Amino acid sequence: MFELLGIPPQALFGQLLLGLINGSFYALLSLGLAIIFGLLNIINFTHGAQYMMGAFVAWMLLNYLGINYWAALILAPVIVGITGVIIERLLISRLYHLDHLYGLLLTFGLALIIQGLFRNEYGISGLPYQIPSQLSGGMNLGFMFLPNYRGWVVAASLVACLATWFVIEKTRLGAYLRAATENPTLVGAFGINVPRLITLTYGFGVALAAFAGVLAAPIYSVNPNMGADLIIVVFAVVVIGGMGSILGSIVTGFGLGLIEGLTRVFYPEGSAVVIFVIMAIVLLVKPAGLFGRTV
Amino acid sequence: MAEAQLLERTPATAGGSLLAVRDLHGWYGESHVLHGISFDVHEGEVVTLLGRNGAGKTTTLKAIMGILGKRRGSIVFDGRETISLPARVIARAGIAFCPEERGIFASLSVEENLMLPPKVRDGGLSVEQIFELFPNLKERLSSQGTKLSGGEQQMLAIGRILRTGAKLLLLDEPTEGLAPVIVQQIGHTIARLKRSGFTIVLVEQNFRFAASVADRHYVVEQGRVIDTIRNDELESNIDKLHAYLGV
Repeated sequence: MFELLGIPPQALFGQLLLGLINGSFYALLSLGLAIIFGLLNIINFTHGAQYMMGAFVAWMLLNYLGINYWAALILAPVIVGITGVIIERLLISRLYHLDHLYGLLLTFGLALIIQGLFRNEYGISGLPYQIPSQLSGGMNLGFMFLPNYRGWVVAASLVACLATWFVIEKTRLGAYLRAATENPTLVGAFGINVPRLITLTYGFGVALAAFAGVLAAPIYSVNPNMGADLIIVVFAVVVIGGMGSILGSIVTGFGLGLIEGLTRVFYPEGSAVVIFVIMAIVLLVKPAGLFGRTV
Repeated sequence: MAEAQLLERTPATAGGSLLAVRDLHGWYGESHVLHGISFDVHEGEVVTLLGRNGAGKTTTLKAIMGILGKRRGSIVFDGRETISLPARVIARAGIAFCPEERGIFASLSVEENLMLPPKVRDGGLSVEQIFELFPNLKERLSSQGTKLSGGEQQMLAIGRILRTGAKLLLLDEPTEGLAPVIVQQIGHTIARLKRSGFTIVLVEQNFRFAASVADRHYVVEQGRVIDTIRNDELESNIDKLHAYLGV
């Protein structure tokens, strides 16, 4: 058996795969945050809770209504997205004329409330969610063993990210979104319904988080705190990629997942902090983020 | 569309004016900028708002477009009172705005900028007709909007509101900072638009340019219209106008 830099390839590729999986979640979540921040100018601290809600809704659909994983993959983001639309219309929309800080406080408070409600109802031990039978098992790729479900998560996340990027960068709806991000007043003066665009954008960003939550349900146990643990890292990813940058958040999400995986191979003690170290360096060298536009 | 129903039809106002502004007051935050502006624009006319810096010309355009925070009075467009309508509904009624800073979107290509404003009614120019007016744009469609020269950006800013079918164009200092040859091109464009039936309200500092394109001039001072001068009476009123504008 050959070795790379003294590391057995199984260990190396295994960690890289794990990094890619984490990167998939970082990318999906930071993409949603970036879209929301771009248009609403609000740092959506509820994002982690909405990711958790995606996983819980999938679990509830299965256990209360017998709706399977594949349907939940569509339904849960729609349901959680609708709750996002309600939150935006009822609460967040009242804060646009105030300092960003109020939006941050509101969404942070909402996250605590939502997590508290789920903790109260379901406890913190975590609920199991089966890998769908079509994706159980795995493949031996020769240099490593790839569990099918993990391969699916990476692929599904990549497709969702690229589809989102395509819609934003290449379609008319995306042009409205980009224009409204730059100058909402003028876009409104062209006859475009900017408040509705904002509501739908928030709903979509939230739905992306819920989609990530459904993908995560079979890997991590469904747990009220699952979002809170992840979201801190995701905020660091967003800062590194550049607030509001679409492509930046996708590339940075996957990239940092891989870097984290590599760190776990070569310097395991540093794996928990490597993303924050990178964040600190990026903030020092390029405060707008790697892909951020300095305006 | 539900919003269209919000447009109240009011009985025929101000004798055939396409736009009738009456006792318009406007505020930027706490500061009271418009103090009772009144004027009319008839269909097919080109009218300028002349006045010194800070007189309230741009603010008047913003108030008509509905993008001024607080406004009061009456703005009747095409027989409908628009004073309390949001900008997007006013736009759908057929008014289009070209801001002084041009408002070209950096994250959109020239083509996306051009195609951004949705059609509000029939009768707008086709993209081909816009390229006829501004051939430069055609060659730069895939460039980033803000990579264009100042003159090209102005052409794009005017061009994109011609597609929508809006009847009334509000142009805020379209010649500002542009080379004479481009100012001339924009002058020709305005004349052609007038011939094809557009109604235009123009805010201008460039008095010569205003005289070359407009039917009438409203003189704005301290948030009020203080005088009206027909373009064919301009020569005989030139001293008065110089006094107003302080030139």
